[in-house]
Amino acid sequence: MTQLALVIDLNVCVGCHACVTSCKQWNTSSLGTGPLPDDNPYGADPSGVFFNRVQTFEVGTYPTSDTVHLPKSCLHCEDPPCVPVCPTGASHKREKDGIVLVDYDKCIGCKYCSWACPYGAREFDEHEKVMKKCTLCVDRIYDESIPEAERKPSCVIACPASARIFGDVHDPESEASKMIRENNGYALMPEIGTKPANQYLPRANKKTI
Amino acid sequence: MHPAFSVIFLTTLIGVSQGFFTALMIGQVFELSNANLNFGDNFYTVGALLALIFCGGGLVASFFHLGHPERAWRAFSQWRTSWLSREAIMLPVFMAFVFLYMLMSFNGAGTQDLLLVGLIAIVASFVLFYCTGMIYACISFLREWATPLTIVNFILFGCASGFTFASFYAALSAPALIETYAWFAIVFTIMSLGTRYWTLARNAELRKNVKTNAQTATGFRGRVVQRSQGQMGGSYNTREFFHGATDLFVKKIKSIFMVLVFPVPVVLLFLGMGSESAFILFLAFAVQYAGLVAERWYFFAQVNHPQNIYYQTVG
Repeated sequence: MTQLALVIDLNVCVGCHACVTSCKQWNTSSLGTGPLPDDNPYGADPSGVFFNRVQTFEVGTYPTSDTVHLPKSCLHCEDPPCVPVCPTGASHKREKDGIVLVDYDKCIGCKYCSWACPYGAREFDEHEKVMKKCTLCVDRIYDESIPEAERKPSCVIACPASARIFGDVHDPESEASKMIRENNGYALMPEIGTKPANQYLPRANKKTI
Repeated sequence: MHPAFSVIFLTTLIGVSQGFFTALMIGQVFELSNANLNFGDNFYTVGALLALIFCGGGLVASFFHLGHPERAWRAFSQWRTSWLSREAIMLPVFMAFVFLYMLMSFNGAGTQDLLLVGLIAIVASFVLFYCTGMIYACISFLREWATPLTIVNFILFGCASGFTFASFYAALSAPALIETYAWFAIVFTIMSLGTRYWTLARNAELRKNVKTNAQTATGFRGRVVQRSQGQMGGSYNTREFFHGATDLFVKKIKSIFMVLVFPVPVVLLFLGMGSESAFILFLAFAVQYAGLVAERWYFFAQVNHPQNIYYQTVG
């Protein structure tokens, strides 16, 4: 069974937020997911819906500390806790490719799925009153009207450092699987047992848990 | 978590309804076992109506929680996996049997038939209690909730407030039941004090043994401090998962509910039992219900959602 996912190389990510803005641009323009609202974008208390965030952490103790940028979007867990809790079946994991999606026409906006996601990957759209999240650009990766090389999630194409690798992590020969295998790829919050499909490649000079 | 008043009113109001209907049935058994008593059909008809009003109030409150209440019927579909779906089914099932009971009582049905329908309603009520509790208890990483105590507390709080209300109702329409109801209310209130205190102690221990932290959230060992959450403004993530109140306020809410839910109603129930005063018994219920609203606020506020680890520093 196919499991599409992202592998993010933390050695390479420079924290430029190009993936954040390209994600926002693609998905706010999409017929399927958009618009992604921004409230008071230039006001005192701005707020908006994003599917992807780049967060920055200080790791280690000065003078040997590192600044690590950690892009965070839905991890498309193999055992997603947000799916079984959904009372309407709007939140689902596709058999075909393992993408976790929300059917916006079935979502009643109860927010229970977001409580059941330990990563904060889901953001509620206060205008459309439904839960939204990363779709792995499902409306792009299968679109035969665009060149084959561009049938990847928007964030992957935008990354100037090629820190984001997209592929089938169940296919041992895919580039994504090879990168995970050869670079000790790891998952976030493994203790919770969600088995995230997205994996991170650790900084070569840092020990991981 | 950010406490939502819609869910606070839903869980407290249906609790009263479920406890009160249980009290009504105990009253009927009590009447049956005592040849000298006759409360009349109206006692049960009006009582069932009141239970429906409480439950209906909770149901209306729950709709305010939904972004698309007009699609709420879809929540009946995922009963195989979702406790929320199971609750959404059991709530109308419970109300339907209470409604049937009310109609039968109004039409002067026999005691046997009434008891049978009432018993089914009580079974539905306890399945509903279990579903409501499991909505919170089933999320393993929300550790303050992930305990059977969550379910026990919902049941005991529902019974305590329901029987307290029943003692007030008895003072108005069946004084022979005041003492029975008030004693049940006192016992349930003291039991809930025990389990709620146990829950508070358990959750205080949890803070000493944190499993999910900045290290597991990022994968790095050693010192990990967030320098930027990746956004200067707010978002759903910065609002939904934090109560936004000060530690002092949260502590005060805890003190308030520990006083309003337990000692004050017990004293008022004793006083009301002695004087058979409907006013004092109503006061016992009003105070306990206000306390339960505070208790439920605290129930949500105390949960430290793991996603908050990713939203510590604006940058």
